Formats: sequence, structure tokens, C-alpha cells
Amino acid sequence: MNRFDYIRPATVAEAVTAASVPGSAFLAAGTNLLDLMKGGVVRPERLVDVSRLPGLDAVEALPDGAFRIGARVRNAELAHDRDFARRFPAVAEALLSGASAQLRNAATAGGNLLQRTRCAYFYDPASACNKREPGAGCDALGGENRLHAVLGWSESCIATHPSDFCVPLAALGAVVEIEGPGGRREVPLEEFHLLPGSTPERESVLSPGELVVALRLPAGADAFAAHSRYVKLRERTSYAFAVVSAAAMLRMEGGTIAEARLALGGVALKPWRAREAEAVLAGARPDAATFRRAAEAALEGAHPSGENGFKIELARRIAARALALAAAGTPERIPALPASPLAPVTGVALHG
Amino acid sequence: MAETAIQLRHGSSIGQPLTRRDGPLKVTGAATYAADNNPPGLLHAALAVSTVARGRVASLDVAAARAHPGVAEVITPANRPPLAADPDEKTGPFSFRQELLQNDTVRYAGQPIAIVVAETLEAATEGARLLAPRYEAEPVLAELDGPDVFTPAAIGVGNAPNMQHGDAEAGLAAAESSIAATYDTPAQYHNAMEPHAVVAAWDGDRVTVDTPSQGLAFAVMRIAGIFGIPPENIHVRSPFLGGGFGSKGLISGPQLLGILAARMVGRPVKLVLPRAQMYGPVGHRAPTRQTLRLGTDSKGALTAISHHVRTASSRYDDFFEPAVGVTHSLYAAPAIETTTDAVRLDTGTPTFMRAPGEASGSIALESAMDEMAVALGMDPLEFRLRNYAEVDPASGKPFSSKALRECYAQGAARFGWAGRPIAPRSMRDENGLLVGWGMGTATFPALMFAAQARAVLRRDGSGVAETGAHDMGQGAWTALAQIAADSMGLDIDRIEFRAGDSRLPDAGIAGGSAHTATAGAALRSAGEEVVAKLAELAMSDERSPLFGAGNAGVVARNGRLLRRDDEARGESYESILARAGLEEIEGKGRGAADPAAQEHYSMHAHGAVFAEVKVDPELGQVRATRLVGAFAAGTVINPRLVNSQYLGGMIWGVSFALHEAAVVDPRSGRVMNANLAEYHVPVNADVPSIEAILVEEHDPHVNALGVKGVGEIGITGTAGAIANAVWHATGVRVRQFPVAIEALIADWPQS
Repeated sequence: MNRFDYIRPATVAEAVTAASVPGSAFLAAGTNLLDLMKGGVVRPERLVDVSRLPGLDAVEALPDGAFRIGARVRNAELAHDRDFARRFPAVAEALLSGASAQLRNAATAGGNLLQRTRCAYFYDPASACNKREPGAGCDALGGENRLHAVLGWSESCIATHPSDFCVPLAALGAVVEIEGPGGRREVPLEEFHLLPGSTPERESVLSPGELVVALRLPAGADAFAAHSRYVKLRERTSYAFAVVSAAAMLRMEGGTIAEARLALGGVALKPWRAREAEAVLAGARPDAATFRRAAEAALEGAHPSGENGFKIELARRIAARALALAAAGTPERIPALPASPLAPVTGVALHG
Repeated sequence: MAETAIQLRHGSSIGQPLTRRDGPLKVTGAATYAADNNPPGLLHAALAVSTVARGRVASLDVAAARAHPGVAEVITPANRPPLAADPDEKTGPFSFRQELLQNDTVRYAGQPIAIVVAETLEAATEGARLLAPRYEAEPVLAELDGPDVFTPAAIGVGNAPNMQHGDAEAGLAAAESSIAATYDTPAQYHNAMEPHAVVAAWDGDRVTVDTPSQGLAFAVMRIAGIFGIPPENIHVRSPFLGGGFGSKGLISGPQLLGILAARMVGRPVKLVLPRAQMYGPVGHRAPTRQTLRLGTDSKGALTAISHHVRTASSRYDDFFEPAVGVTHSLYAAPAIETTTDAVRLDTGTPTFMRAPGEASGSIALESAMDEMAVALGMDPLEFRLRNYAEVDPASGKPFSSKALRECYAQGAARFGWAGRPIAPRSMRDENGLLVGWGMGTATFPALMFAAQARAVLRRDGSGVAETGAHDMGQGAWTALAQIAADSMGLDIDRIEFRAGDSRLPDAGIAGGSAHTATAGAALRSAGEEVVAKLAELAMSDERSPLFGAGNAGVVARNGRLLRRDDEARGESYESILARAGLEEIEGKGRGAADPAAQEHYSMHAHGAVFAEVKVDPELGQVRATRLVGAFAAGTVINPRLVNSQYLGGMIWGVSFALHEAAVVDPRSGRVMNANLAEYHVPVNADVPSIEAILVEEHDPHVNALGVKGVGEIGITGTAGAIANAVWHATGVRVRQFPVAIEALIADWPQS
């Protein structure tokens, strides 16, 4: 590991100033960053420790009906916040399906957004990676890429974004609150992460010094609480990243779908909001044929980036599954195997 | 509970489900593992390892590494001191070539190419990075279907690559029904939780080495040979291993490099491999591609088994996975033919990995047996019983004992196998998940190596039992002490049991599921000798109540010698020794295989494993929801520990069938998932229900203790049972392991 400066600012303003120096990185729980530094994947010259900043650790309902999650809120803390989980059960389920209990106890909401891809070639300094070293090439292309992207990828990068948490957040229209040298701004989560294009080294809209301070679920996002699920396919039952995942939310009115939200994980370099699928679902009856049509719309334009064509059909199926589970109703309790297709389906809906 | 199967004998430690004697140390963190040692003046070493798999190191920026603050020394082939032995010299079947900086050649990715020694681990690590090696790389071979296929001279350790019993081709030609299928197993890495670590401290030409070892005496001999010092100058301490699984059987190159670094810098050095560096220089299980051809008559009796294995060794050394062995002795067939060929890949040399040969061979053989049963329309258990081997089919020898029929019966009953529908995709659970049931036969040879032990009875009535045994988590601290206690006629709490140190008598190697049998036999004979000496003292002393008991004999129990014909007449150890004026009395013992028994009997442990899997019908996600294994392995020393060994082996079988594989990029020969987040082994949630039945078995031939060994058999049978259950659930026969989601959904209709 390289030598670096360590700064522990007392306020958000100090943090922003400190991190505006090129070569800086924010350190929250470090569940991803420290691994990357130890592996020589990233080598920041300055770490700005935001893990003790005041005012970023609240989960709060706002007067206008929105819901705000401070950037320092731990994954586990948020998932087990009863009021939050009741309003946004798919977000809680996604959180509990991620990583391990130990990691969830440490990892923060803001850090989750900014975790790096798990592409093995990105993690390996000896491999060519345009994300790590612009212009170096992409060894994942033509390499071991069965879990890589099928949507939104480019010849310069075929990696995926690994977050579970971000998938239902994208579906719910979450907004990222950012403090930076130029003041405060807000960016929809859907627009926060960047597809690789020809600049895969640019992963988000953040400029140097900009700090995620909160996530906000807009007023009305909890209208989906009664029909809200996250489903995640993985290669072991826990502590594995998604092969593909889906968050589905429905607002039902008189037996038809009044409004739908659908987002996919593990398919692209960002949580993939499927607006075309949502359009298919709006006003439709909640049946298997509808869900299949929506799933097909969601994967419109998908194509393999390597030996991963199976993920396209798998993503359609998991989207349809998530929709079917959402239609059946949010279970009273998050299953013991959160988000697992193998979790028993109770068929008993608490809400609606 | 498993303990109920065991007959407890009054006054005996053997057979009792004692908890681990080292348990409190481990759960409180007080157990000292190698890397926990921090002698004064300690320096830290980090390895620079090759990122190419073949070629040579063209340059290293040694100056940059040396200039880094805290770096004390940089060791490369250019300045590495001469060694007393050539690390490429082969001196015996357990001798493997190692990379000890002898030259600039790169043989595999992850090969050590330099050592950086520094005041801190961080400085050493950064120094290693600053070396910024440049390579002259050559094209690599990383896949089994490479060119230059050849027949190795030997597989495993000295086994013939080919075996022919009867005429398999004729048997296949004459068969009424037959199947042929090819199965692929990937390279796997041991991934012991504790990485290979060494703390070495030299004092002149003497060295103390703290390092995990499954074979202390082997380690001492290797260190002596490489560094040119007498074995008695070498002290290796290995009280606890955080797992070994074969990768710590022989001292590895990196461990020797840590010792080398300490000698060169003249201070103690600690070297701990980071997880990623365990995918290269410390061995792995080689990949296999296995073709099974089975034929039967119209009633389902096997007419022939043909088992061909393609495997791989490194380009520079020989270890060939003995995956055919399982077929030699498991099922009765008039003709059995096994063959092995191999290619050479640009990898580190493969090595023994828990159930070497048997694990890989078993999943293929048990899958093929299942495919044959399907072709016959027979229940898979019935098919195995139809072909039950009453004698070893290849050699014709009787089995020393074989309670496999009871394993089948007890396992099937406990699992509820009866009534299983023959057709696949016949069962669903209440949530619509596909349910499948599969089974497999477990088997592992009952081996013995050679060991020595020492037993001492002391004047205060306590005892000491010593052997340089290795506790790698299996419970040697406990089980061996139980054997020693019984042999010395003492309660286990009156015994001081010493192990895990090279200065103790050589306990052989903790491998081949033979450690309890081998070291236990040595302890038993040492205990018997010391008791015999004590009895001699007593019986020849007219002041002893045992005087003249000679013909009747004495029995040792609870610290007393008792007349066998009148147990009311006896005397405590204390009083015998006190009267003789002795502080202590010593016995020595040996444990080794009995060549005569081995000549006459085929010796194997057996078992039957039944598995239930559930599979999501659209998404292909698999979970092994229920496992029942029934195993017969002779005398059970400690049913709690044996149960744990079976469960651990069965979980490894889950891993083999469903999770575990090294992802090797064929372009570079590099393992791309060299970490425990992406190299998947099962988590608790993958093993919701698992149960082992300890089937009673008495073996009068295998060794004096009647112990067959339980460390590896659990993997065998289990992996195949799960694969077969996946077929039964889905109707899809996956022949490439681990079972991948895409293999299961590939042929399914789009929902």
C-alpha cells in the first residue's frame, strides 16, 4: 500500500475542501476501498475520513412525505429500521441480501452507491482495464466474463455495478443529495452512475470534492409498499454478488396495475431502471403474460458481452419472477433467505 | 444424535464424545497459530509473485524497493545465498520441485520471484510492489485439451496409471445396456482459513520455525536438506493449524523462503501469504476430464466398467490426480479397466487435496452409476446393491470389514428414500420448487503410515503421552489423548498430551485419513509398553499385592494395576513407582501398517450419502436442502469429532458439486477469482440440514485399534449424490462441475 495522508475533517464543508485536492478519496467504512488499496488497485494520496462527520447518520421522514437516509447510515441499521422497512420493504430485502452480516454492520448507504465493480480484471493490477487505466484496454473482453454486463456496455468496459441496494432505489426514483465545492446539488440515482461509453474511468457524476450526504426517497415512493419485492439470483445462498437481480414494485388499483416500477441488477454498469417495462405494466392485469411482456421490454437491446448470453433470458425470468412476487404481495416478514428465489413463498400479504 | 450409536465402555476414554480439549483456547483466541508469534527483533517479509504464467523475469527494480522507507533487504535470484540442495532435485516420491529463487524462470502465475523484508508488513508489501517486474512472457497452456497428451509413469504416489481386470471392451460389447459419459471437474484450491505462514528465527546454524505443518518430520528433513544443517538443529512448532487439507503436508516454497529470508537478514522474519498468493505456490487439486463407460446385463449386473481420466500436472513436475482409484474396489464387475493420461499446464504443481483422487473420481463414477440406473429404469440404490462387491473386485481380496450394506440401509431409512419416484421432475415442494433425490456411495482407503510415540508414567500418578502429531482442526489433541489415556490406564484428565512439535517422536503425516490410526497405534503401543514395565516392577516385587500375578496378568485402569483374575487385588501407579524409588517410567511405541494384513485384505471405509436438492424451475438456482450420510469406518474413537469430520467432508461435497472452482483465464493461465468472495465455498445457508450416521463396524485386521479414518470419506459419495439429485429434480444431466445455473436452464423452454 502506498503512503497517503489521512485527514479527519470535522464538518462536511471541511471534508469537501479537503477532498477537492486531486488524488483524494473519501473513506467511510472502507469495506471496499481498503481492499482496493491493499491490492494496489487504487492508490489515493489522501484519504478524507468521513466516517465521523456529524449530521449524516439519520433515517428520517421529512414533512413533505419524502424519506431521507443519511450517507453514514449503516446497511444493517437501515434494513432493520422498522418504519423504513415497512415503507420500503424491497430496499430492506435488497440490503439484507447483500454481502455478509459483518459487512452490512459496517458498510454505509453512501458507500454502497460508490462501491466499485467486482470485475476480476479491474481488481487485478496486472490485467488491462480501461476503468483503472484509461486506454489500457479491457481484458474482460474475451476473458472470463460469464457474469459481465448484457446491457449498456461498450467495447471499452463490460463490467457491472454490484450493488443490491441501488436496484430498488433506482426503481423508486431515489435522489442523491450531494455537497461539493460549488454547493449543494441533487441528482436522481438513475442518472448518478454513468454507463462506460468511451470513458469507463468516469463512474458517477461526482466531481472532485463532491460528497454524497444523503439519499432521498421522494414523497409517494412508499405507495408501493404493499407490492414490493427484490429477488436476487446468486451462486451460493448468501455472501455472493448477484448473477442477476430485480426489484419490482406495483401499485394496485382494483385488480389492475395502476403504476409499476422495475429495475435490474447485475446486468449493467449501473442499476438498470426498466421504464419501457413499467409502461407495459401500467394499466395491465397482473398476470404471467403481462409480466413476461414487461420482462422482454426490460431486456430490449440486451446483447452478450462474452460468454454470458444466458444472463439475458435469466434477467427476463427474474424480472418476471419479481413482478409475480410483488403482485402476490409483500410478505409480512422479510424471508429468512432475503431475496432468494428459494425462500418459501408464504402467499400471505400484510399490506393491501 | 450420533453418540447413541456407540457402545460406551466403563472406564474407557475411547468411544466417548468428548469435546475438543483445545476448544476453549480456540474460542477465546488464546490458541497460538504460527502468525501469532512475534519474537523480538521481528522483520516482515512479503513475496513478489509473477503475474505471468510462463517465461522469465526480465527485470526487477530492486533499487526502488530498497529505497522504500523501512525496507531492510530485497532477495532475488541475483543475491539469494546458495542453498545446500537444489530445489529442483527429486529425491523421492514425496519430493516436489520448488521455486526458491534459483533462477529467473517463471513456471506459473503466482510464483515467488523475490522477497522483500522490512520493518513493517506495509513497507514489505509496498517494496514488493515497487519491484515492478517486467517479463519475457511465453504463450501458456491452461486447458485440459491441450496438445502432447501422454501417459504418466505413475499417478498419485507410485500408483500405476492403468489397471486392467478382465476384458472391459468385451464386457461392454456383450452388455445389454450401456452408457458412456464424460465429466469435467475444475481446478480447486485448498483455501485453508489459516494461510501458509512462517515465523523463523535463526541462532547460528540452529533455527526455530513456527509454521503450520501436517508433517513435522518431513518439514524438518526438507529444511535440513535445503539449508544444509543437521535435523537436530531444527525446531518446528505447529501446535494448531487453521486447516491444511493437504496443502500443508509438505513444507511449501513460500515457507522455506521465509526461513531463507530470516537467515539472510540475521533477524527473525515473519512471512504470511496473503489469500491471493495461496493460488499458486502451495498446490491445488488438478482439473480432470473423466469418461465412464458402464455396461450391464439385462438384470442390471455390471458386465464392465471403464474409467478414463485426463488430468494435468505442471510443466515442470509430476503429480497426477489418482482419480481412477475409486473404481478399482467399489462395485462388482467382471471386467474393470482404468486408464489415466495427462497434459502439462503452466500452473503450479498440483498436490494432495482432501480426498485426492477419490473426490474427483467419485463424482464421476457415482454420476455414471446413476446414469446407468436411469438407463435400466432401476432405483439407484437397488442398482448399487445389485452390484455390491462382496470382495474387492479388482484384486479379489476379501475386505478387512465392510458394513456398506448397513450404511445403505440406515442412510436410506433415515432419509426416507423408499418410494422415491424413478422419473425425474416428479416432485415439487409446496412452493413449486423442483425437488430431487440422489444418492452416492462413499469410499476411502484405510491407510497406515509410520509413527512413533512415547509414554511416561510419573510418581504422582499422572502420565505424559507424546507424539509429534498434527491437529489441523480434526481433533487430534483430543482423540489421540483418548487413545493414550486408555493405553496407559489413566483417566484422560491425568494425561499430559504433547503434540505439534518436531522435537517429539515422529507422528508421520496427518494425511490419507490415517493420522488417528497411525499416531494412535504408536501411542497405544507406547502406553502398553510403559504399563508392561510397571506391571513387571509390581509383579516381581513381593511387597506388591500383584506379586506373582504373572500368569493371570494385570489390567491397568484408572491409575491402578489390577489382577485380571481378582480385581480386588491391585495397586496404584504411585505406590508402585514410590516403592521402586522411581520418579517416572517410560515406554516407547511404534505404529505402522501390518504388511501381512495388507497382503491378505482390501481395506476401505465405506458410506452411503443421500441428498435432496431443490431447484427453482425457471431460474435454475440449486440448494442442497437435506443430506444424510451413513458411514462405517471401524472403531470410532470420539463420535463427536467423527461426526464433525463426516459433516465437514459432506459440506466439502456440496462445495464440489455446486460451488467450488478456480476460474482460470486460458489466455494468461491466471486464476481470476483468487479470493474468498469469488472463490465460492458453501456458507451456512447452503447447508440447511445435514446429518451423519455412525454405522457400527468392527475391523479386526486393519490395525490394532480397528480405526479406518474418517477425514476424507465424507466428500466422496456426497458430491455425486447431489449431482444425481439435481438430475432427479430437473431431468438435466450436468456433467461439468460445479453445476452452473446456465447448464440447468440451457435446455429449458422459455417460460
